[in-house]
Amino acid sequence: MTGHTIKLEEVTKIFTLGILGRNKIVAVDRASFEIRTGEILSILGESGSGKSTIARMVLRLLRPSSGRILFDGRDIWRMKRWSEIKEYYRRVQGVFQDPYSSFNPRRKILDLLFDTVYNTFPEMKKNREEALKYIDETLAKVGLSIEALKDKYPHQVSGGQLQRAAIARALLPKPIFIIADEPVSMVDASTRIDILNIFIDLKEQEGVSPVVIGHDYSLAYYVSDRIIVLYRGQIVEEGAPEVLEDPLHPYTKMLKESVPMIDRKWSKKLEYSLGEITITRRRKGCIFADRCPYKKPVCEEREPPLFQVGKERVKCWLYGEK
Amino acid sequence: MPPVLRLIDYRVYYKTLRGYVKAVDGVNLEVEKGEILGLIGESGCGKSTLIMSLIAPKPPMKIMGGKALLGETDLTALSPGERRKILLSKLSIIPQYALDALPVIRRIKQLLVDIAKEKKMSPDQVIEKFQERIRMVGLPREVINMYPLELSGGMRQRVVIAISTMLSPDLLIADEPTSALDVTTQRQVLELLRDLRDTGIVRSLIFVTHDIASVRQIADRIAVMYAGKIVEVSGTEEIIHDPLHPYAKGLINAVPKLGINYKKKRLKGLPGQPPSLLNPPPGCRFHPRCAVATRKCMVEEPPTTRIGSRIVSCWLYSGLGDEEK
Repeated sequence: MTGHTIKLEEVTKIFTLGILGRNKIVAVDRASFEIRTGEILSILGESGSGKSTIARMVLRLLRPSSGRILFDGRDIWRMKRWSEIKEYYRRVQGVFQDPYSSFNPRRKILDLLFDTVYNTFPEMKKNREEALKYIDETLAKVGLSIEALKDKYPHQVSGGQLQRAAIARALLPKPIFIIADEPVSMVDASTRIDILNIFIDLKEQEGVSPVVIGHDYSLAYYVSDRIIVLYRGQIVEEGAPEVLEDPLHPYTKMLKESVPMIDRKWSKKLEYSLGEITITRRRKGCIFADRCPYKKPVCEEREPPLFQVGKERVKCWLYGEK
Repeated sequence: MPPVLRLIDYRVYYKTLRGYVKAVDGVNLEVEKGEILGLIGESGCGKSTLIMSLIAPKPPMKIMGGKALLGETDLTALSPGERRKILLSKLSIIPQYALDALPVIRRIKQLLVDIAKEKKMSPDQVIEKFQERIRMVGLPREVINMYPLELSGGMRQRVVIAISTMLSPDLLIADEPTSALDVTTQRQVLELLRDLRDTGIVRSLIFVTHDIASVRQIADRIAVMYAGKIVEVSGTEEIIHDPLHPYAKGLINAVPKLGINYKKKRLKGLPGQPPSLLNPPPGCRFHPRCAVATRKCMVEEPPTTRIGSRIVSCWLYSGLGDEEK
């Protein structure tokens, strides 16, 4: 299998609010990174960090305000032919947080899966048996079967099962990448790990490369080969999963301190200032400066670049020259 | 010391066309004075029904039997009017969607005046108590003149906490109080709940959640609910490190600890799904999902065994302590 990449170059998304568009929200701020085949990329961020906006832009559902997204070198917003765009949609599939809102509630789950197969592979229309066999094989990869879904409407199965069906539907067009935006946050804690294991199996056995986006610290560590930490639209840290065990960036350190974990009890009071996050952002300097306990004068003046520290990248003046 | 809340063979069903959904089916549980009790379980296990039936039982919910003693008062015998009288002052709740619990287009002050009228207190008295709490939760006094719409999620949550606790209830129930909050705000809210208990503003607290990691941070004891029944009650540290009931084991093992990557170790979730409460399985309700179930588990309901300070309902432990049933 040859490698594919989706490369984000300085991708920015600004939403405007108000009648004259006077209020601007920078949802994603000059994000540059690569999504590659053969690895699981985890994107970790709190609400408002821009993680869903990134997902929607990569899925070509939302156009960046500036910057480029390149799929194997081709800008996805400069694709001219519909066939080329369609091919991109086929190769990069999405799985979303709420499976109940990603399935048409009035139609049976299996019928919806048939639609997907017929839309992508029109030649299968002549051979329903073959399509059925293909759907069954795909369902097996997510721990489901035709039997379990037979005659069922979306509301008749559990959230976990429907999310599995959503992953199966994403697999049917034979994608290269699956972008999963908070795929387990509406699933019971006791079955989250099984859904994440599906993504791992897809990478190891099916050659499909997942991007798993979420806010859970331990889950991000578990299901990743590489991790990106987002804070208010900016990448603040990137590296191997171990960056979460021993974070470099003060924001990631703060996250690690404040996340409740089953194997650790909070001891001392948090040393970080937890003031309410305001909508307005700092106009200059580091975006985390107002909450950072390690703040230096330079942090208020100049924005830090992403410094290379070993195999990691970290956006903090603590790790670079003045 | 008598417990703050005592549930005795407590049953709450829902009436449906196909029969009764036995959402809470014979629960025995005590909340001690001064303790934070965590109540955990998967969605659909009956934990929300249990607490909503204490606060405000509404059709199709029906209390089918048993007692719910709040101090001396049996909650199951109260009329809706009598129940309203004890709300906020004796029994209070931080609802799950606290962010939406406030009327959006009325100033918070107007809400407090309404509460004063309901409680037959003077508005100034209520406002004073609210301001006392608002300082504790770390918000400015001016909040009282604001509309909930103007507040962020974390601030609204804290306003709800201030209102729920301003009359110093004996028992506060927090239903997933942090599920809609950011990680850092989450920690603040949890620590705030603990402070409320530590300072005696709230005598006891029930913390209902499916997030074991956050309940572990503040609870003294944890009760595990499965399919309408309490299957284990143990001290927090005991149950985290050494769960007794196979369901509690599965639940705790399904939560990843930091430092486990899939390349090092593959974790496994709990197999299967919770049963329908319309027709729960006979015997132990967990037996279809239990790895160590025997023939006996399929036909006979396990007794409740008390081992030291721990309580467990599982045949594995029958005979190892004092049987309660």
